[in-house]
Amino acid sequence: MSDHQDNLPATGHTDGAHPGGHAPARVEEPIANPGMERHLPRPTDVDEAAAKRAERQVATFFVISMISAVLFCVAYFSFEVGESPDTFGRIGASNLTLGLSLGLALLCIGIGVIQWARKLMADVELSEPRHPVASSPEDRSETLAALSQGLEESGLARRPLIRNTLLGSLAMLGLPAIVALRDLGPLPDIKNTLEKTFWTPGARIVNDVTGRPLRPSDLEIGGLVNAEPEGLVEPYDGEREGIEYLEGVELLAEKGKAAVIVVRMEPEDVTEETSNWGVEGIVCYSKICTHVGCPISLWEQQTHHLLCPCHQSTFDLADKGRVVFGPAARALPQLPIEVGPDGYLVAVSDFREPVGPSYWERG
Amino acid sequence: MSESVAKTNGPNAAVTKKPTRGASAVTWADDRLGLATAAKKNLRKIFPDHWSFMLGEIALWSFVILLITGVFLTFWFKPSMGEVEYMGSYAQLRGLHMSEAYASTLDISFDVRGGLLMRQMHHWSAMLFIAAMLVHMMRVFLTGAFRKPRELNWIIGGLLILLGIIEGFAGYSLPDDLLSGTGLRIADGLVKATPVLGTYMSFFMFGGEFPGDDIIPRLYMAHILLIPGLILALIAAHMLLLVYHKHTQWPGPGRTEENVVGFPMLPVYAAKAGGFFFITFGVTALMGGLMSINPVWKYGPYNPSQVTAGSQPDWYMGIAEGLLRIMPGWETSIFGVTLSWNVFIPGQLMPIILLAMVLAWPFLEAWVTGDKREHHLLQRPRNAPTRTAFLAAMITLYGLLWAAGGNDILAVIFHLNLNHITYFMRGAVFVVPILVFMLTRRWCISLQRQDNETLLHGYETGIIMRSAEGGYTERHLPISPEAAYTLTARDRDTVHEVEAGVDENGVPASGGRIAAVRARLSQAMYGHNVQKPTAQELDEGHHHAEDEHAHEIEAGLDHSADGHQFDGRHPVEGEELRSH
Ligand code: HEM
Ligand code: FES
Repeated sequence: MSDHQDNLPATGHTDGAHPGGHAPARVEEPIANPGMERHLPRPTDVDEAAAKRAERQVATFFVISMISAVLFCVAYFSFEVGESPDTFGRIGASNLTLGLSLGLALLCIGIGVIQWARKLMADVELSEPRHPVASSPEDRSETLAALSQGLEESGLARRPLIRNTLLGSLAMLGLPAIVALRDLGPLPDIKNTLEKTFWTPGARIVNDVTGRPLRPSDLEIGGLVNAEPEGLVEPYDGEREGIEYLEGVELLAEKGKAAVIVVRMEPEDVTEETSNWGVEGIVCYSKICTHVGCPISLWEQQTHHLLCPCHQSTFDLADKGRVVFGPAARALPQLPIEVGPDGYLVAVSDFREPVGPSYWERG
Repeated sequence: MSESVAKTNGPNAAVTKKPTRGASAVTWADDRLGLATAAKKNLRKIFPDHWSFMLGEIALWSFVILLITGVFLTFWFKPSMGEVEYMGSYAQLRGLHMSEAYASTLDISFDVRGGLLMRQMHHWSAMLFIAAMLVHMMRVFLTGAFRKPRELNWIIGGLLILLGIIEGFAGYSLPDDLLSGTGLRIADGLVKATPVLGTYMSFFMFGGEFPGDDIIPRLYMAHILLIPGLILALIAAHMLLLVYHKHTQWPGPGRTEENVVGFPMLPVYAAKAGGFFFITFGVTALMGGLMSINPVWKYGPYNPSQVTAGSQPDWYMGIAEGLLRIMPGWETSIFGVTLSWNVFIPGQLMPIILLAMVLAWPFLEAWVTGDKREHHLLQRPRNAPTRTAFLAAMITLYGLLWAAGGNDILAVIFHLNLNHITYFMRGAVFVVPILVFMLTRRWCISLQRQDNETLLHGYETGIIMRSAEGGYTERHLPISPEAAYTLTARDRDTVHEVEAGVDENGVPASGGRIAAVRARLSQAMYGHNVQKPTAQELDEGHHHAEDEHAHEIEAGLDHSADGHQFDGRHPVEGEELRSH
């Protein structure tokens, strides 16, 4: 081990060589740098047959890639996606064959090129000097000089009036930039949006899938029904006269706030305050989590707990929707309900507090 | 420094031959662009090789794949929340009312051939992109590659991760399915928790009350133009700086702070990097072909009154999810306003604070060491025990939060009580990272000590020697000069002394309190590190080893029990071991 080509000392520069102490780190050596390890020839460097073999290997990869590209086209025209989305391990014949052939076409190019580089391209390690990242002191002072000359000639320093009014005018441009975004949305009219839902006194409570209005007898003890106010769900068995059904964006916004769950518990299990707003152990709560607004869905009959699937806030429906666990800070809003004149469950009023996540102005 | 005549470890110096073919094309281009001056240096620019340098490359190539697959998707995707009736091929949803965005995503999946493949490739490469950036960032952190002059690239990388995550969330929201709609609703809840401005921000984002019909078109613009543009610009800056600084390298024989040893851009590095692009692309295509991801048709269109149980966001949102889940329900109502600590802290503050802590660490280190020199040689993680321990603690925290983000899944898999997991996590996020910090630091320091042992007394051969007196010792043999050099090729740490309050003239020491804090930090961060032996210590160590060897010769052991000179850790020419 004596013929090292490169025996650069670990440090060539002294600390003063660069402006501002930019000298590369100094690695003091208790052991002298032995220099780059000697290049050992690969079989392909010395054995022409090995090199030929590697060449054929690389070419084979490229040929497989070409075949795969053709197969991709065959697969493209052979399979209709929509007809068989779930064949072949629920992936779909089209997707599977297209993915495999495209994957192979690409992979084989990559493998071939890397094999070529590893086996056949020169693999002699080279060493290149580094230069300090900073410019030379001369360049730096010339730049500084040019900068200050430019500033000097502009007269910026001598004419503060110009400088200050220019800065002022640039700063003022911030105003149009912000104001122009004003129409991104309406100002929050909180009273009529966040603090109001589709529930009105006497509004029927309807099943959120069938649109059928609920009667107390539709609910068994321990049962839960997802519901909406009438007008948000088109009933399967035809629209009711005199009711306007919402559509589109409005529908989504109202559904998102007005969604409720109706549960029935043993009346004696329910606290008095809670049952005051219910009917025979039937109570109705907002479905929208007070944490960050997921619709809540998991009901535990035994404990009367309702669990939010998003971050597991848990609410006690027998006790005013109190938070018993999790990150939510507020009880689930309860909707006061009663039995209407025609025997259906109806709301006594809108929610008495805003539903969903908290916001600054909520108080 | 003289002109850059490349040095080589080959038998002949590398000679650049005159190009013959293509020369006229180069002339044509150079007459118009004058690029030859810049190109002559860069075409044969040296790049060092190490597997860990590939991580950044995976991120880069994934981004290119995202661009390609993303453009394909834009041909069919309709970023509109207008309501349509689905009439496409997927029978289960036919006749349902849904947004155009969701319907067109179904069309891409079921009526555009190759569309599902492109969607799945796009989603897989998004995951890969962010994962690769994260692991790349850890590599840079652990090896100290962020040190001067590369601090700016460190910050650019941090911004890229942040933008990548936002971009991923925007893309995830585009199909407007039940899962992504729920994600948007959670985002709305997070925004509303902003003090003072929250409600306004929410209304301006959604163009009114959630969900409105503006958010998908707006996210679409951000997803295909604004954020990719920013990412592209930052990646360009990242790469330019990389080329200008030249890549860092591991210390080793012939590798110093003043050179860069490796393979030239043309042909080897270009071939390897280019080949690697195709491999990343190919693997992504296989993943898209074989592994289903985000099957939006199973979730159904967005319906604000429904949610799927056990819904999980993309993996990179996991820690935000975990933070939200373990936070206690604290909220303050005061002076008619509400401060939702339970949402604002975990949803907005903590993610930024955690990222800022990691991004700020290099500057803390530079300040404490007062080191203003350039560093181009990488450090082994063990040689920066405090830094390595800090990252280990942060990774632990990340992992815990991530697990907390799937606490419902953990509860089901391990039959645990969900609430107990959450209570445990609330404590664990404070305690476990500190334990991991202490353990990792000790481990690093003992590895440093072990390195010194190896340098001073050689490596353990596994041969047990029985002395004449009947004692047993393990035989040690010296390591090769190359290995020994590599082990010692690192800086010594300088520890700043805690100065007395006043200097010898009775004047308070300059800097006062700040200097004292710095000195104390320096002591805490570097005081326990093991420094490499000095030349003298090495000498003594070797003498000691030779003495031991002399005893072996007396015992007639130097030949019979040997053979370890052929273990690949030694030069075998002339069998130097025996001639000792
Ligand atoms: C850093 C870059 C990017 C990331 C992390 C990213 C991520 C995502 C994700 C996770 C999705 C959801 C895919 C799904 O349906 O499962 C998505 C959708 C989409 N992306 Fe990207 N993307 C990126 C760049 C781009 C670019 C550059 C474009 C276009 C030029 C693009 C166009 C689209 C389109 C049109 C969709 C909706 C199509 C659909 O969901 O079917 N993306 N993106
Ligand atoms: S949204 Fe219900 S717990 Fe977070």
